[in-house]
Amino acid sequence: MVAVWTLRIAALVSIATTIAIIVTLLRESAGFFAEVSVWDFLTGKTWTPMFRDKSFGVLPLVMGTILVAAIAGIVALSVGLASAIYLSEYAPDRARRIIKPVLEVLAGIPTVVYGFFALTFVSPILQDIFPDMIVFSALSAGLVMGIMIMPMVSTLSEDAMVAVPRSLRDAAYALGATRFEVATKVVVPAALGGIIASFVLALSRAIGETMIVTVAAGATPNLTFNPLEAIQAMTAYIVQVSLGETPQGTIEFKTIFAVGLLLFMITLAMNAFGRWVVYKFSEKYE
Amino acid sequence: MAFPGRGSSPQGTGRSRAANRHLGRRKVRDAIFYGLFLGSIVLGIGALAVLLIDILTDGLPWLTFDFITTYPSRHADESGIKAALYGSLWVVGLTGIISVPLGVATAIYLEEFAAKNWRTTVIQVNISNLAGVPSIIYGILGLAVFVQLLGLGRVVIAGALTMTLLVLPIVIVATQEAIKAVPDSYRNAGFAIGATRWQVVKTIVLPLAIPGIMSGLILALSRAIGESAPMIMISALVFLTFIPQTPGDRFTVMPIQIFNWVAQPQEDFRGIAAAGIIVLLVMLLTMNAGAIYIRNKYQRRRGE
Repeated sequence: MVAVWTLRIAALVSIATTIAIIVTLLRESAGFFAEVSVWDFLTGKTWTPMFRDKSFGVLPLVMGTILVAAIAGIVALSVGLASAIYLSEYAPDRARRIIKPVLEVLAGIPTVVYGFFALTFVSPILQDIFPDMIVFSALSAGLVMGIMIMPMVSTLSEDAMVAVPRSLRDAAYALGATRFEVATKVVVPAALGGIIASFVLALSRAIGETMIVTVAAGATPNLTFNPLEAIQAMTAYIVQVSLGETPQGTIEFKTIFAVGLLLFMITLAMNAFGRWVVYKFSEKYE
Repeated sequence: MAFPGRGSSPQGTGRSRAANRHLGRRKVRDAIFYGLFLGSIVLGIGALAVLLIDILTDGLPWLTFDFITTYPSRHADESGIKAALYGSLWVVGLTGIISVPLGVATAIYLEEFAAKNWRTTVIQVNISNLAGVPSIIYGILGLAVFVQLLGLGRVVIAGALTMTLLVLPIVIVATQEAIKAVPDSYRNAGFAIGATRWQVVKTIVLPLAIPGIMSGLILALSRAIGESAPMIMISALVFLTFIPQTPGDRFTVMPIQIFNWVAQPQEDFRGIAAAGIIVLLVMLLTMNAGAIYIRNKYQRRRGE
């Protein structure tokens, strides 16, 4: 039937999108890797593609991304998990009905707004605390990114906790456990798969996020563990090049495809791992 | 004794006192952590409140009628968001027009027609993978395919096509959920009176699924209206003093304009950046309210 064929073609658009992403990234990166070896790219400690003395070691960008994502992860995991425990184990129904939409609003705010908030509100406060700091820092971007991905951790973790059967809780309460003990010794272990998955997916989101790091973390490729310094994340570098005057077809321009390919592979691996964890843990109580 | 574990017997007093002390500690710990958990949620909501207050205090003084009806300028006090506002409406409108038929067709195929085999599983897994691809990768894709390969240039339609690919997984999944929510008994009733699968889909499933599709679409478009990174890659323009007239014109969108203002060193531009954010958030809020309204109306009708 003709109509079903039309539908099938529509469904193939999503497959074509994936193929187009992979082909685009590989084809354009191939030109880059013809001039720079994969090994030098992945292990080099200096990233200066725009300088006369060019160096294409991507580690400073990767480190910048990891530093910001790690700070965001600490914020999001602690606040997000605690919020999820509150919502799932403690909150009265009325509080839940108010809090959950608020978290949805938090998750729906455009990232450029978070970038504005990091630069104009959080950074000045941090500068008051650490007077040596310049306005751009991994810490400011990381803290705000933590707020951004926190709803993801809390919503997905709470879903996993709510799915833990009532009978397990009742059994623990019958033994005289306090609510805290039920939450941490029964519910959290039982929901661990969903909690880990929520965390991995949120971190992957943080690694792929662009505007907060572009606005607030700086544009200085910097191989550092110091969160008070300005850095440049992989995504921020891609934005910087595409806004600049770099002519297309040059090796400088091709760097964005190499960095994009690396970013794509990292987030793909994390998302696949996150879904695998959910799949692995999901059938336990059925 | 019927309950050997009970500590009320005289011999058990010492043990019971220790157990009571222990219980006291456990209860204190319970209370402390209750406070911590509650504190976390208050912190999250507090962050949202601080963010909104910060933006309102920065932006409200700059938010005038002129701000919405003028073009950007080198001077903060003469700058407006008109070009970006129209650009956003263009991109989001076209994205909606393109992504609805594509997304709904894909969802109908997967839910109603596709055989449950590995090919269908591949498509389904692929869709959830696409939902997790960073938006800037879509920007790279759009730049390479729509702007360069197809030679469209940095124009509205290239932006809308890129945005379509970005939100397509959201539209597909929302539509699938809406189709799944239609009870099988409705379909069987159609089949029983001799309808073909195609007729059942067209006359029974789709009409019932439309509210779910609509609210999913609105959520997808509110994602589209706030996306900055891929639009920066496609448009690259931040200083535009005309409104796009056709899909073939160059464009800018609100998040790009806001990003540009945030990046300006002068203090005044912070104010108009915040004013731009207020306009963006009001549009988002309106769209979300629309989605909630449709959801509620639909739930009420089902309940009757």
